[in-house]
Amino acid sequence: MKSRPKLLWLQGVTCNGNTHSFLNYPHLSYILETFEFLYHPLLPATYTLEEIASCTQQCDILIFEGAYDPRMMRAGARMETLVQHYGSSATTIIAAGSCASFGGMFKQSDPEYITGLGFDREIAKGPFAKSPKLINLSGCPIHPEWLGYTLRMIADNKVILIDEMHRPKELYAYLAHHGCTRNEYFEWKVDADQFGTKEGCLFYKQGCRGPMTHASCNKILWNDVSSKTRTGSPCFGCTEPDFPRTNMFETKTNMSIPQDVPLGISKRSYLTLTGIAKSFRIPRLEKRLIDDNT
Amino acid sequence: MKSEPEKSINTKKEDRKASIMQTALKLFSTEGFYTTTMPVISKKLGMSVGNLYNYFSSKDELAKELMLYISSMLGEKLREINMSDKSVREKMDMIVKMYFTIARERPELIEYFLRVFLSNREIFTKECTGMVCVSDFVTELMLFFDDGVQSGVLKDQDFFSALGLFMGYLGGMVFLNGEEVLPHPLSDYESAIAENIYNALRKQ
Ligand code: SF4
Ligand code: SF4
Repeated sequence: MKSRPKLLWLQGVTCNGNTHSFLNYPHLSYILETFEFLYHPLLPATYTLEEIASCTQQCDILIFEGAYDPRMMRAGARMETLVQHYGSSATTIIAAGSCASFGGMFKQSDPEYITGLGFDREIAKGPFAKSPKLINLSGCPIHPEWLGYTLRMIADNKVILIDEMHRPKELYAYLAHHGCTRNEYFEWKVDADQFGTKEGCLFYKQGCRGPMTHASCNKILWNDVSSKTRTGSPCFGCTEPDFPRTNMFETKTNMSIPQDVPLGISKRSYLTLTGIAKSFRIPRLEKRLIDDNT
Repeated sequence: MKSEPEKSINTKKEDRKASIMQTALKLFSTEGFYTTTMPVISKKLGMSVGNLYNYFSSKDELAKELMLYISSMLGEKLREINMSDKSVREKMDMIVKMYFTIARERPELIEYFLRVFLSNREIFTKECTGMVCVSDFVTELMLFFDDGVQSGVLKDQDFFSALGLFMGYLGGMVFLNGEEVLPHPLSDYESAIAENIYNALRKQ
């Protein structure tokens, strides 16, 4: 039997969110059959963390979860040493989640030292800065299907095209806005006044970053069923290097004018279009979709 | 590609259209919208009413085109100011000056906006609802305010409360000037008005 590619799941400064999220991958058994897990914090694996920390093994795929702090210790070994050792043998290095990709949430605790594996926010920095081996799967947490897709592509020896932030284009060329069930409300500028309703767009008042966020959450649904915006919660832009932002439930406006407008559109054109769209009253879009009282 | 003679016919048609708009604008803003009928306009132009309808399918259509024209002309001037690398305070001066200069040199434009567009909303409800016919101008004002707040100079507030203060003040002065109530020419008030607006809108 052909030996299986060796996969190592290593953790930096993390909340375990990506580990947990990936447990929801519906084809996890396929992944477990296809790869040999040298170590994983929760799943059955060949070695213990202590054995891994002795740096005597080699891996083909390094999955790194959490922000990178070179000074951090894991089972007695310095993170810098661990990452260098396993990163040099690996043919692919996967930054799982936004902390590993850009520093994310945990960068906040020590902004001077903590970075992602190859990026510090949007600047190339870190142990694998500019490395062609690096694939960023940003997201807070990672979408199970996105990691599943990447691993299956690797298993099938297929080329993964990446964008300038090292994210697979197949997953991140889209915006979270694409496929959102509220697109018609966005078109006609009908806002949602509260969370959790089926109606209205969350862009104007509730802080939705969907039109500025590279993510396929509304194309590849979470747990095959839904997404934040579909349930009525705004997109926080968790896949972008500037995540986490502050006041994530609010749209930053200046004199009622949104500070940020959809990606690639000039503010002038956007405001022109918005002003016109807002001029029309469309009763169908102002009503509840399903009215309990009739 | 269009042949030469076809091109010149088109230019001719455009020229004719422009002169109709100019005449209608004058009549609407001096004689009022309702008393200025299509026959009155055509008579003034020395053309038949039937021919006038070849250019504009109705009086409402003509009224809408005029508002679009004024808005895009004001919008363009405001855009130049917005794109300049002047401070918010300087831009304020420039906007007031620009508005009053137009009111002086082409009073019919501002008169039309104030006395026809804003005072006879029923004419415009169908095709010019909301921002549809004034979006060029309003968009530029939005960009001006947005820039003012982002650069920390203007106070963040509701757009319309700022718009009302700005346009209401300018419109009011042009109105008083039109009624010949002002003892001095409009231009004498420019810098004081710009300063007042600035003080009212700036971050305290
Ligand atoms: S809720 Fe967000 S993602 Fe959905 S349409 Fe509105 S802006 Fe786009
Ligand atoms: S919808 Fe936005 S915040 Fe939510 S997971 Fe997708 S990218 Fe992240």
